[in-house]
Amino acid sequence: MHRMKSRVAVTMAAAAMIVAACGGSTASKAPTTAPATAAPATAAPATAAPTEAAIDWKTATSAGAGGIDAVCAAGKVEGTVNLIATPPDWANYGQMMTDFTAKYGIKVQSDQPDAGSQDEINAATQLAGTGRQPDIFDLGTAVALANTAMYAPYQVATWKDIPDGNKEATGLWTNNYTGFMTIGYDTSLGTIAKVADLADAAYKGKVALNGDPTKTGAGFNGVVLAALANGGTADNIQPGIDFYKKLADSGNLLPVDPAPATIASGQTPIVIDWSYNNGPQIAALQPKGITWGVVVPSDAAPIAAYYNSAINKDAAHPAAARCWLEYAFSDAGQNAWLKGFALPVRLAAMQTAGTTDKAAFAALNPPTTTPVMLTAAQTDAAKALLTAQWTFITIQ
Amino acid sequence: MTDSSASMPVPSSSAAAGPARSGAGASRFRGAGNYLALIPFHAYVGLFLVLPTLFVVVGAFSDGSGQFTLDNFRTMFTTPTFVDSFIKSLQLAVITALLGAIFGGLLAWAVVRGDPQGLLRQLVIAASGVLAQFGGVMLAFAFLATFGFNGLVTVIMKNNFGIQLDMSWLYSMTGLAIVYAYFQIPLMVIVFLPSLDGLRQEWYDASASLGGGAWSFWRHVGGPILAPSFLGALLLLFTNAFSAYATAQALISQGCVLITQQIACQMQSEVVLGQENVGKALALGMIVIVSGVMAVYALIQRRASRWVK
Amino acid sequence: MTTSQGQFGAAAPEGGALISRPRGAGKRRKAPLSQRLTRIVILVVVLGYLVLPLVAMLEFSTRGNVDPITKQATRSLQSYAAILSYPNLVDGIVTSLQIAVLTVFGMLILLVPTMVWTVVRVPRMRRVVEFLCLLPLAIPAIVIVVGIAPIYRFMGQHLGAVGGSALTLAFIDIILVLPYSYRAIDSSLRSIDTATLADAARSLGAGWPRTIFQVIVPNIRGGILSASVLAIALVLGEFTISSLLSFNTVQVVIFLLGKRDPFVSVAVSLAALAFAFILLFVISRFAPGADRRGQQTAEEPA
Repeated sequence: MHRMKSRVAVTMAAAAMIVAACGGSTASKAPTTAPATAAPATAAPATAAPTEAAIDWKTATSAGAGGIDAVCAAGKVEGTVNLIATPPDWANYGQMMTDFTAKYGIKVQSDQPDAGSQDEINAATQLAGTGRQPDIFDLGTAVALANTAMYAPYQVATWKDIPDGNKEATGLWTNNYTGFMTIGYDTSLGTIAKVADLADAAYKGKVALNGDPTKTGAGFNGVVLAALANGGTADNIQPGIDFYKKLADSGNLLPVDPAPATIASGQTPIVIDWSYNNGPQIAALQPKGITWGVVVPSDAAPIAAYYNSAINKDAAHPAAARCWLEYAFSDAGQNAWLKGFALPVRLAAMQTAGTTDKAAFAALNPPTTTPVMLTAAQTDAAKALLTAQWTFITIQ
Repeated sequence: MTDSSASMPVPSSSAAAGPARSGAGASRFRGAGNYLALIPFHAYVGLFLVLPTLFVVVGAFSDGSGQFTLDNFRTMFTTPTFVDSFIKSLQLAVITALLGAIFGGLLAWAVVRGDPQGLLRQLVIAASGVLAQFGGVMLAFAFLATFGFNGLVTVIMKNNFGIQLDMSWLYSMTGLAIVYAYFQIPLMVIVFLPSLDGLRQEWYDASASLGGGAWSFWRHVGGPILAPSFLGALLLLFTNAFSAYATAQALISQGCVLITQQIACQMQSEVVLGQENVGKALALGMIVIVSGVMAVYALIQRRASRWVK
Repeated sequence: MTTSQGQFGAAAPEGGALISRPRGAGKRRKAPLSQRLTRIVILVVVLGYLVLPLVAMLEFSTRGNVDPITKQATRSLQSYAAILSYPNLVDGIVTSLQIAVLTVFGMLILLVPTMVWTVVRVPRMRRVVEFLCLLPLAIPAIVIVVGIAPIYRFMGQHLGAVGGSALTLAFIDIILVLPYSYRAIDSSLRSIDTATLADAARSLGAGWPRTIFQVIVPNIRGGILSASVLAIALVLGEFTISSLLSFNTVQVVIFLLGKRDPFVSVAVSLAALAFAFILLFVISRFAPGADRRGQQTAEEPA
């Protein structure tokens, strides 16, 4: 009896220890789940003026007297910042994340790189309070405007450089970078110059839109691009929806989310996506023997749309989140995006101050025509139209 | 698990009695105590299976604010995309169940007619065991590696035969059916093989000695005997394909085509006013269909097991 | 019903081909030519269809870089080597293994005493327990996720680091594996005279824990092993629930990896498949004959 009991007990204890030991390593990725109000009190850095009260980073709306150093020192104590939907090859996020960790010693936890904007919101909702929820959102405008209740307002140190039309008044969300809608394609398929070319029968089963337009910014603006190429306007994207329906019916449109893997494997040889996504693929696909071409379609005005940075109100690492935001809107962060073929929001101010990365800007070679950018009202209207009508993606 | 009877003297005669002792001459207290031991199991299943199902069922009949409503079902039946998802899922399930049953059945027969201790049989059974559960995600990658734009077959056809395959067929119902068949066929082998084993050699011999050939054997002897288990296996394959999510999601990553994907989309899309619980209604629809089929399967299985002894 | 496809085999009568054994066929006469020909045709066609994607996976995952000048493709094992360089992948595998261990223990602790108890003490409840164990077959995984998401949200928010970790998936994986493990353990319990054994032990003075753990369990080792292998296979193949609850188990990681690097994801899929196949083949060839019918199965969900 005793022998059996002790044998069972030992096995159970061993298993428990193994699980706990391994569980310890996974638990360490979520360093704090205790209410964040407790942590900032102890995290208030010594560099703050001695007479100041400890800052509650969960509610801080700006860096305060301690400046960026104070924020980031507190962030370092927290240890990690949870990012989501920031693939390394999307507008050069890869370099940004590496440089950020090197500069501030805060580890970057990058989850679900290929998630869309709505997926980010879902993750924040599903994982709320677990310590794994995203700290920072990078959202397309439509999704950003619909979820302002989830953000914590914060004004970065370079707030004044950002035009009023590019930020929410209290800092709930801030435009960060933009690009142009392009068509990327495997040049062995021929030359594509216009949106209308996509309907060619030769491209059956080859065209992919980056994301569901009701859930992602890239997909949304892909529809806007088609709308403008087919007689629509910023106020009326119906022709765009009709165009994609035509593509879907003829079998040209694939019900697949393009990603670096699908392009490399040849699954999605034609991709409608941002210039800062299609652009880096040119170099990335060379070793695989694929010559990738990127074109801003000639039958539509250039489409641009800013993405939006916002801090999760329920962030597990509020100081680290704010530190990331400060970095993203600093010259270093903005130039990183510039190097990734995106136009950062502070470009005008940086050009005046002479702090842009001139080589990167030259390589970007943006179109000279004024791009079309939907206003908030137009975005909402377009989104309503899409939600009602984007239901035809199916298989025959 | 405490046994209240341990404190009471147990007469030796009842100790030697058969297993049906619960309640036999025991006090009501002792009888109740026996059931206590089953509480942990029932509580666990109640919490992690019954409760979620109740959430779904109750939610399907509620609107956004918790009031009883049939609107979710109204939406479900009147929205073309939802109806289409159900139809596509059912079509796919039926087609791949038949595909799997026929080809899997043939494969099982071919294996059974061989050496029962042989390598072929063991290899096929082991392979079937693995492939039947071949993860949906991994299976999708396998087919992309085969039939994708740069897949093996496509490249061979292009380089050696000059034929450019239209690889978008993978994203049609046909393509999906062929991909599903990949785990349906092995599943059929696993489920059906024991029934084929149950066909005794004596029956073959008897039929032959009465002058019947292969055709009349199957028509009069083998067919009727195997019919219940074949049908049961068919139903099993049907529910398997109907409930599948991973394979479809790995292949068709955009759009909510099949009903399982549709439910996931409802979970993950922005909430549309008035349609908060439509996903739960869809889920209830799935439960009804699958439970119905499984009930029929259970009935058939009871009949089929008569012969496989 | 199941998180993945294909678990049904083990829920089939007598656990399907992976559990039951062929009975000796007696004298085998040489089959007629037409039958042998038919057999060969069937084997070639069907097995060919099953083998083709595997060959394609092998070819795809061993592609090296294309020489830009000669346009020659090269062969290389770089995709396999790269598997270890993805920390997420290794983490995902470790997480899934941990969940598998928890699931096996939880399932055994939940099922074995309960099933033994129903056999020896409360036979009336056997039907009820059987029904509850087979109930997960009637409720697709996607449906379970819809209903259980609020419970997991609650656990994540109120039960600290453990409540939010992937290990809590074991709770739902235990439910998912119930039908298959039930069958495996049940067939073992039926093959021994459980009631008499229990009676004998009890009449010799053993308490219930001792009876169950020291008398009955050693006799149903085969069934327990089957049930455990089934549980491990199910956990390693589970995708639906993990992905919709945002946990990074191995299948979810492979799925995410598939969007980043097609070659490594095909390589890891093939490696997992080969590993499972070899394991299952070896186990079935050299299985210990602990009991007449309970043998290992690797019925795994997809």
